[in-house]
Parts: sequence; structure tokens; C-alpha cells
Amino acid sequence: MEKFIRKLGLVAPLDRANVDTDLIIPKQFLKSIKRTGFGPNLFDELRYLDEGYPGQDCSNRPVNPEFVLNQPRYEGASVLLARKNFGCGSSREHAPWALEDFGFRVIIAPSFADIFFNNAFKNGLLLITLDEQTVDRLFKEVEATPGYKLDVDLIGQTITTPSGEQIAFEVDPFRKHCLENGLDDIGITLENAAAIQHFEQRHKAENPWLFRG
Amino acid sequence: MAGQTLYDKLWSSHLVQSRDDGTALIYIDRQLLHEVTSPQAFEGLRLANRQPWRLDANIATADHNVPTTLKERAAGIAGISDDVSRIQVQTLDDNTRSFGIEAFGIGDVRQGIVHVVGPEQGATLPGMTVVCGDSHTATHGAFGALAHGIGTSEVEHVLATQCLIQRKMKNMQVRVEGKLGQGVTAKDIVLAVIGRIGTAGGTGYAMEFAGSAIRDLSMEGRMTICNMAIEAGARVGLVGVDQTTIDYIKGRPFAPSEEHWDAAVSSWRHLVSDDDAHFDHIVELKAEELEPQVTWGTSPEMVTGVYGEVPDPAAIDDETAQRGVIRALEYMGLKAGQKITDIKLDRVFIGSCTNSRIEDLREAAKVARGRRVAKSIKQAMVVPGSGLVKRQAEAEGLDKIFLDAGFEWREPGCSMCLAMNADKLGAGEHCASTSNRNFEGRQGYGGRTHLVSPAMAAAAAIAGHFVDVREYDPRPDMAKSA
Repeated sequence: MEKFIRKLGLVAPLDRANVDTDLIIPKQFLKSIKRTGFGPNLFDELRYLDEGYPGQDCSNRPVNPEFVLNQPRYEGASVLLARKNFGCGSSREHAPWALEDFGFRVIIAPSFADIFFNNAFKNGLLLITLDEQTVDRLFKEVEATPGYKLDVDLIGQTITTPSGEQIAFEVDPFRKHCLENGLDDIGITLENAAAIQHFEQRHKAENPWLFRG
Repeated sequence: MAGQTLYDKLWSSHLVQSRDDGTALIYIDRQLLHEVTSPQAFEGLRLANRQPWRLDANIATADHNVPTTLKERAAGIAGISDDVSRIQVQTLDDNTRSFGIEAFGIGDVRQGIVHVVGPEQGATLPGMTVVCGDSHTATHGAFGALAHGIGTSEVEHVLATQCLIQRKMKNMQVRVEGKLGQGVTAKDIVLAVIGRIGTAGGTGYAMEFAGSAIRDLSMEGRMTICNMAIEAGARVGLVGVDQTTIDYIKGRPFAPSEEHWDAAVSSWRHLVSDDDAHFDHIVELKAEELEPQVTWGTSPEMVTGVYGEVPDPAAIDDETAQRGVIRALEYMGLKAGQKITDIKLDRVFIGSCTNSRIEDLREAAKVARGRRVAKSIKQAMVVPGSGLVKRQAEAEGLDKIFLDAGFEWREPGCSMCLAMNADKLGAGEHCASTSNRNFEGRQGYGGRTHLVSPAMAAAAAIAGHFVDVREYDPRPDMAKSA
């Protein structure tokens, strides 16, 4: 997992509530057995005017000029500003894989769906929850200011706007630790292998029917 | 001290380690694997040179991508015509074989939708923690098991460590009291709940369903309800254990043996919320007030009764919500004020992990029996949830009822619920579907999904548009032949 410490990134606003994981990456792309290469199909049904299929060269497809990520002013965006309940729906980790592959490292929204939230942090994405009024204000600022960038500092847990305003954010200490250090949490859990074995023995003694063989 | 909720009990009985930062290591009893969310997890194990912690905790079956026509199924994996799908199903087969994980392959009668197969095999038991790389894992909470969907990194984490890093959720109780009217089902309860609290209403909660209307449901009805807890934002749905739960499990292949049965049952009896347990949030519904539900929009919360109308965005105050409704109506090709019963349909899908079990098929067959699918319907398909459901349905003659009425009778799989295989909607087509999500493009590019119960879907197939299933009683003249 790539480390995240601080990022000054161009912000793209996706002004839509309840963005579901089918919208983030449609199901036909879930057939891949790899973790990479989903970026060209991020928001496929919003981005292009035709139906996409796996393995296709997307460079010649008709793009939807209305869609925010197709507008030249947001080219190279790495911070996505979104509305409430972002990432609802399925557990597909292909959604954060696609966002990350496209180039996003930070998503800011008033709320996120639980499973998506978990999945995103495991892939080096920083998800920031801010209150609805603040998010609303950021939407207005981004739309009014071409080239709007946010300076996102994970260590200090602050976002700095172009005008110098600082907005503090909360982040789970464990997730922060993993992001800062680019840690794979399987390794961390296996440091507790003895505790797991100890639990397992007791659990098996109490509930032998949960174990076969 | 206040009593414990069912969720509290399940949490504390699987707690391996609490940490200062508020996270905890939770032990996982069962992992269900399927072809879509597991390949990268197995690859991760290989790259890190790790072995699964406990093989017998895992069961695998292919469901999302599998074809549902007999023709394409006859040759097994090699017969899957879509190259990318075939590779994915083959990869699951290769991975489970090389790691030694029990799998129900596509030629096996036990194959089917992972959330139908687990309970059917008795592989989902009360008091277990159950995970799967699929958000509809909430289904298994119907057994008083702590079950939730996880991502692929977590699938790998569970394979490698038998644990998950979690934070404790809050407790919500959805209490449904009273008796459901005839023709009103578990699906209508859960759609009404989602309509009430919204698709994010349950975010951060474990959602326990309780009350006399829930107690009166069969295990299959309870599974339908827990299945869609995630559509209300809750990763976990739960129903407390009672005699209905215990009777369902007895005798299934993975159920406790005779030797352990009595001890298992007596420990399961504690798997209910204490009377004085504290819930952070309570939602109450009266069963008598519910009517058959139909979704009109592109989120499961966009739902109304069969006699309802498509809402008018002009009447919505909140700007973001208003824009959402305008966009949904545009996508769905519907007008404000349009009657639900005036929505014309192109296809009908009866299946999915929400509604593809034997009772669902019986309910649909009761309506279809002796009637014909409307000529205006291009396709009406019934896709059983597993090979065993299919076999049972055929033993009861349900396949014949469906075929005589003009429905297609398919092989088990997820099929048109998410259209990863060849079963999909065309652009602009309206579908009455017993599945769980009406998101844009979910059932096919440009497809328009309306979520309903199996009986409502069957009635819609006959009429060619939505109708109140309560007007479709089994025909008196057909009752004797049943």
C-alpha cells in the first residue's frame, strides 16, 4: 500500500448524493482477476456515452462532455469532493481500486457507506468526513475557482484551502498509522497469532460443532 | 446494568483482543467465497507466501458470473462462452483446489448463490461470525449469526488470520408488530423499512429485526429481510434465535452432529436480545399498515405502495434530494404523479439472493398457475437460488407451472440481479425484479429496475404492468390440482 502523508491536490466536485459502487465501477469490469487497471472505467456509465466492456481501449470511446471528470479544468484531480452516503451498495473493492488507479488519493464527503469506507483505507485512499455545511461551502468554492487545490495533511489532520483557511478532520488512529506507514494490516494481525490461537482453542472447546475435522 | 443486545453478545463471544485505539480483533467462524471478490485475495496470499489459517472455515461456490442456460451449463466451466467470466470461474476452481478449500463447482447440485447455499447446507449457524466478499452477507444474520460483507483485502485477511479488525457498531432495532395482510411479504416489510429510514439510515448500525411480524416469518422470510439490511446502510442484519431457527437447521449437512446437537441448541437459545437491552435507535412499523411495495427510482429508498404514485420533485424541499429525484425520473423514464400500476414492463426477473428460495418460488408459482405471461412482456425468467432449490421446485412441479405460463426456467446463479452473465436488460427496458438493487445500470446498461416481492413480480408478468397481487388469489378451480 502506498504511504499517505501530505497531498496538495486539485479538487473535482461530484455533486450527487448516494453514489453507489455500481456507478463507481460497473459490474462487467468486476470479472478481472487483477487489482489494477480499473482507472479507465471509473464512473464508466457517467464518463462515456456508450456501453463499456472489459479489455476495451477506452481512448477512442465517445466521452460525455458534461461529466465533471471530463472537463479540462479538473484534469489531474486527486481529491474528490462528494455528497452524502458515497460508496453505498456492494462490497466490491474494485471501487476503491478504480478511484486509486484513476489518481484519486482523497475523498471528502459528509458521509460514506461502511464497507466502502473500510475498503478505501486498505488501498491508500484517505476518506475525510466533514459536516454537510462545510462540504457545501467547499462545493461552492471549487466551482467558483478554477485550479482549486486543497492541501491535505494527514499528520496534522488538517485541510488547507487556497485562501489559507484550515479545516480540521478526524481520522481513526489505527487507519492513520497504517496510511502513514503504508502498512498491510495482515502483518500487524499476525503479530498476535498467539492470542488468536489461544482464543481459537477456547472457542473450539465451547463450540465444537463450529469446527469440522 | 442494562442487558445485552444480540449483537453485543455475538461481538463479545468473538472478541480476541481489544485495542486502545478502539479497534478490536474479531474471530471469524465461517467465510463464504465466490469467484468475483476472491481471486486477488488468493493472489495476495501467494505473493506473501501465506497459507489459510483454517481451511474448514471456508466454503466456496461460483455464482455471480455463471451462465443460467442449460445449454451453456452442460459443458461445465469449459462451456462458459464469455472468456473473461470463464477465466474468473476457473480461477476460483484452481484456487480452492490448490489450497484445499471445499467448493461446490458448477456441475454440483449444491452450487448456487452463496447466500442461499450457506444456510441450505447448514453452514450458517446461530452464534457464528460469517463473512463473505459480498454485501448481501447480511442475509445470514437471520440465524442469529453476526454476518457482514467485506472487501477483497479483508477476504485475504480472514484467509490468513481467521480474524477481522473491526470497530463495534451501534445497535438499532426495527420492530414490526402485528399480522401482515395476505399477499404482503417479508420483501414488502424490508422495502418499507428502507423507504422509511433511507439508504443511509442504518449506516454504522447492526440492525436487529424484532416484533411479532418477524417472529411469524419463516427462516426464508427472515433471510429476505436481513439480506436487504445493507440497502438501508446496515452491514449487519439480525433476527434472534427461536424454535423456527432451530427446526430449519436440524439435519442439514453442516449442522451439528447428534453428539453435539443438544449442547448446540441450548447455547443457541441465549442468542436473543435481553428484554432490558439498550438500542441506540428504534424504528417501529405496524404490519397491518403495509401494502405490497414497488420501487420507482434508482435507489431502494425510492419506494411506495402499489397504489402509490411517482413523486413530484417540485414538492421536495432539500435541494440535493430534489436533484436526485429529478435525475432518477429522467433515468427511469417516468413522470411525476404517474400511477405505479401504469408502469409498463418489458421483462420480469424472479431470483437473486433476496428471493430465489423455495418459498419464493412457491409464492410466485401460486400466482402464475393457470395464467399466461402478458404478450407485451419480452422475457420472464425464474432463476432458482441453488441446484437443490431447483431440484425441490421440480419435485413439486413448479417448473411446469412456470413453463406453462410462459416463464423461462433457468439454472442457478445470481443472473440478472447484477447482470454479470448474459442475463441482462436492454437500455430503457423496465423490469419487475425480486432482487435487491435498482441502481442505474445494475441489471444492464440503461436498464430500469423496479424491486418487488416474488408474488408481485409474477402478477406483473401476467398483467404486463404492476398490479396488486392481492387481487390475484389462487384460482378456486385450480386449488384442487395443487
